[in-house]
Amino acid sequence: MRLEQRQGERLDRSRPVSFIFEGKRVEAFAGDTVGSALFAAGRRIFTRSFKYHRPRGLLCCSGHCPNCMMTVDGVPNVRTCVEPVREGAVVAAQNVRGSLDRDLLSAVDKFAGPFLPVGFYYRTMIRPRWAWPYYEKFLRNIAGLGRIDKHGTHTERFDTEHRRADVVVIGGGESGVAAARAAAAEGRSVILVDEQLGRLADELAGSGVEVLQPAVAIGMYEGGLVPVVAGNLFYRIRAGRTVVATGALEQPLLFPGNDLVGVMLPGAVRRLVRDFSVKPGERAVVIAADEHGLAAVDDLHAAGTTVAEIVDLRESMPRSIEAKGRRGRIRSVAIDGRSIDCDLLVVSGGRQPAYALLAEAGARVEYDASRGIFVPRDLPANVEAVGSVTGEVGSTAVPAPTFKGEGASDKCFVCFCEDVTDKDVKRAIAEGFDSIELAKRYSTVTMGPCQGKLCQLASIRLFAKENGTDEGTIGTTTARPPWRPVPLGVLAGRPHEPERHSPMHHRHLAAGATTLWTGTWKRAHSYGDPAAEVRAVHEAVGVIDVSTLGKLLVAGPDAAAFLERLYPNRFSDLEPGRIRYGVLTTDGGRIMDDGTVARLSEDEYYVTTTTTGAHGVFEWFGWWNAIWRLDVEIADLTGAAAAVNVAGPRARELMSRLTDLDLSNEGMKYLDAVHGRVAGVPCMILRIGFVGELGYEIHFPSPYGAYLWDTLLERGADLGVQPFGLEPQRILRLEKQHILVGQDTDSESTLLSAGFSWMAKLDKDDFVGKWAYELAVDRGEREKLVGFETASGVVPLEGAQLVRDGRPFGRVTSSRFSEAAGKAIGLCWVPPELATEDAVVEIRVDGRLEKAFVRLSPAYDPEGAKLRS
Amino acid sequence: MSFLITCPHCGPRPVDEFRCTGEVLTRPKSKPTMRELCAYIYDRRNVAGVQREWWTHRAGCELWLLVERDTRTNEVLEVEVPGGTPA
Repeated sequence: MRLEQRQGERLDRSRPVSFIFEGKRVEAFAGDTVGSALFAAGRRIFTRSFKYHRPRGLLCCSGHCPNCMMTVDGVPNVRTCVEPVREGAVVAAQNVRGSLDRDLLSAVDKFAGPFLPVGFYYRTMIRPRWAWPYYEKFLRNIAGLGRIDKHGTHTERFDTEHRRADVVVIGGGESGVAAARAAAAEGRSVILVDEQLGRLADELAGSGVEVLQPAVAIGMYEGGLVPVVAGNLFYRIRAGRTVVATGALEQPLLFPGNDLVGVMLPGAVRRLVRDFSVKPGERAVVIAADEHGLAAVDDLHAAGTTVAEIVDLRESMPRSIEAKGRRGRIRSVAIDGRSIDCDLLVVSGGRQPAYALLAEAGARVEYDASRGIFVPRDLPANVEAVGSVTGEVGSTAVPAPTFKGEGASDKCFVCFCEDVTDKDVKRAIAEGFDSIELAKRYSTVTMGPCQGKLCQLASIRLFAKENGTDEGTIGTTTARPPWRPVPLGVLAGRPHEPERHSPMHHRHLAAGATTLWTGTWKRAHSYGDPAAEVRAVHEAVGVIDVSTLGKLLVAGPDAAAFLERLYPNRFSDLEPGRIRYGVLTTDGGRIMDDGTVARLSEDEYYVTTTTTGAHGVFEWFGWWNAIWRLDVEIADLTGAAAAVNVAGPRARELMSRLTDLDLSNEGMKYLDAVHGRVAGVPCMILRIGFVGELGYEIHFPSPYGAYLWDTLLERGADLGVQPFGLEPQRILRLEKQHILVGQDTDSESTLLSAGFSWMAKLDKDDFVGKWAYELAVDRGEREKLVGFETASGVVPLEGAQLVRDGRPFGRVTSSRFSEAAGKAIGLCWVPPELATEDAVVEIRVDGRLEKAFVRLSPAYDPEGAKLRS
Repeated sequence: MSFLITCPHCGPRPVDEFRCTGEVLTRPKSKPTMRELCAYIYDRRNVAGVQREWWTHRAGCELWLLVERDTRTNEVLEVEVPGGTPA
């Protein structure tokens, strides 16, 4: 079937390549596509259709239609007509039971047709309800495209590249290449994107044009963004100017048997002959609406195919055309009843400009009645169109919406992808789907893999005829990306999950810590035995890495005034060197974050935030100051500073070995902030106690992280120093009823309900959230956050319901077993009337109810004597 | 959304580098009624047209910007640093 070597062919005959198709070796040449090689080897049936399992063969041979889709090396729905051959590739047919030539499910075409009318999946098979699983199984079996290997592993990599260019040209035809050359000659940076296989890069070498080929521009977005898919690479190109030269798409004709194998568009003939030197058939009939289509005749002659008949639709418009075949392959075509034998029927209903990208960019689409096509108009700024996409497609006949004659027996397909026939479209209209957008969704015409490239115009023509109106009135459906199907992997890109580590993270891993996510950070959960770590903090000394806390420096003459406005409590009267706990609320009165604020000097404050809230608080501060414009600078030191909390009865002893500072209770009181050196490292020491013991939170430049961590562990070894993770910290803080914002509070929690009324200083003129707080006080609270302990010692799940008379009325937010208290303790939300000491509540645990008592004060060291010791 | 915002500090940048916190609101000057407070917190004009909004160049210089944008076309008409361009 392969012709003699021809001028201009894409093949490199000196380089044979072979691949496996259905277990048999297929010989090809470098430059072949899987499709062209199979065709050259004599294969005509390439796939079975979506619904009716009709045999289908090459139709467009340009990567648009669904007729050549196969599974190549495990990847389903590959358009083999544009898939380059690779040595040893394994190619398999899809949507077939049996073989391509004898598909067991082809019976569907003969017998199940009446049971699969348009919209059947919305109506026919929904009753009786219980039968749906059987219908579904049947339908899933017969319908569909390729299958994904669910157990397959990913061996491919995908990546994204961000690019900029003065000009992007989409389409490498004559006009596109000319536009690219012209722009490059003006000294602009130019990227040319073309979806065909080809050698444009060689052709344009030295011109200054960068060529991406084969590559598909899948859409056009605001800001000159053109997403381009080139294999496994996804380019996001920002273009100053975009030139669209996407050309025009050959349109099929509607007649019975128009899907038979051997019915082709002129472009398929051209490619088979010119690019791959294959003879497309022995005896051909050509029916074409324009010069472009008739050009196929020359190609057929060049290939030695007999051209039995040429019908120029501009000269005569037949009333009926019907293709007849055997076993799915065309044998003859009857034009107005006159039968002509042929094994190849070349049809062209004219060319429709491929305007989709222009429409996405904002162009209007208008019907040109004289040529029967839709053309783009009113292009947006910085977008140009050149070539046939503008509607310059030469003189063309407007073919009849359908050439179906009286008494025709075979199906007449509007949409090859979804097997939608003219009958289906008519029926949809008869059922009242009188808008093209609705009819599309109901009949699924244009919704298949070609996305309307070969069926939109045909369906609009048919629609107009059936509705007794014109195509302009019907209009087009909305053009949406992607222009060509895209593997999801390309859009997902390289798996990318940023993970932040504290400077001593590797020490935690070396010590066997389990880790967990907190926001974007990975933190130590525990070092193996949370209970032992809790014990160490209560009885000796523990160290925990708290480097992930948000750390902000707020400095400037207005720093005090700034914090006064942001926090409910007072910071102007805070003495330099002292610390105060603060909760941030929104103007809606909701709690957004909490932390400590240390006044370092008259106009300098050091603010800590939660780990996950750090960036939010930084933005929050910046936003308010963009409004207030106070004389204050806000610096985010979160990554710059590491922090370690040294806590426990022997913390002072350990610290005294590392610093000359006066650590006595007089020299450094609870809630003092002091600058000094610890193990030679310049530090700021905050005497605070989230975990309920005497504690020093040391903040210092993060490069010293591992050094200071190691030093603390070495010098405290004889004191029983123990690193502790987040899990023991959660137990320790729960023993003190210290809340975790986001764990114990949610987007509804207020100062009033979470028990921070003492913090709100209502004599201040204003603070963010003051009014909401005042109004909440007037209205009264609906819920209170309180502590609890269960009677039996059972620990309920976090999130467990509190139940009264069988109805939920509250919820557990935190719960742990406290060895120190010998009880199961926690925090929960209850109605205000139950927020009294010893009130009894019932908590749902494993389907039964556990009795619990409300506890308003902490289980451990309720007076805080240890904190202040 | 893929439009560009010209940051006065960093130049034209893709919108994904920025975060929008919504239209510019007027905070009550003195204690509002419940209705007024709710209107300030929850009600938005949500105009189909030119809107003045707060944006921050989150993945860049972290400045807060006042941006005038046409919500129908995403055309950015003006970008301003409150209180003037930074030195």
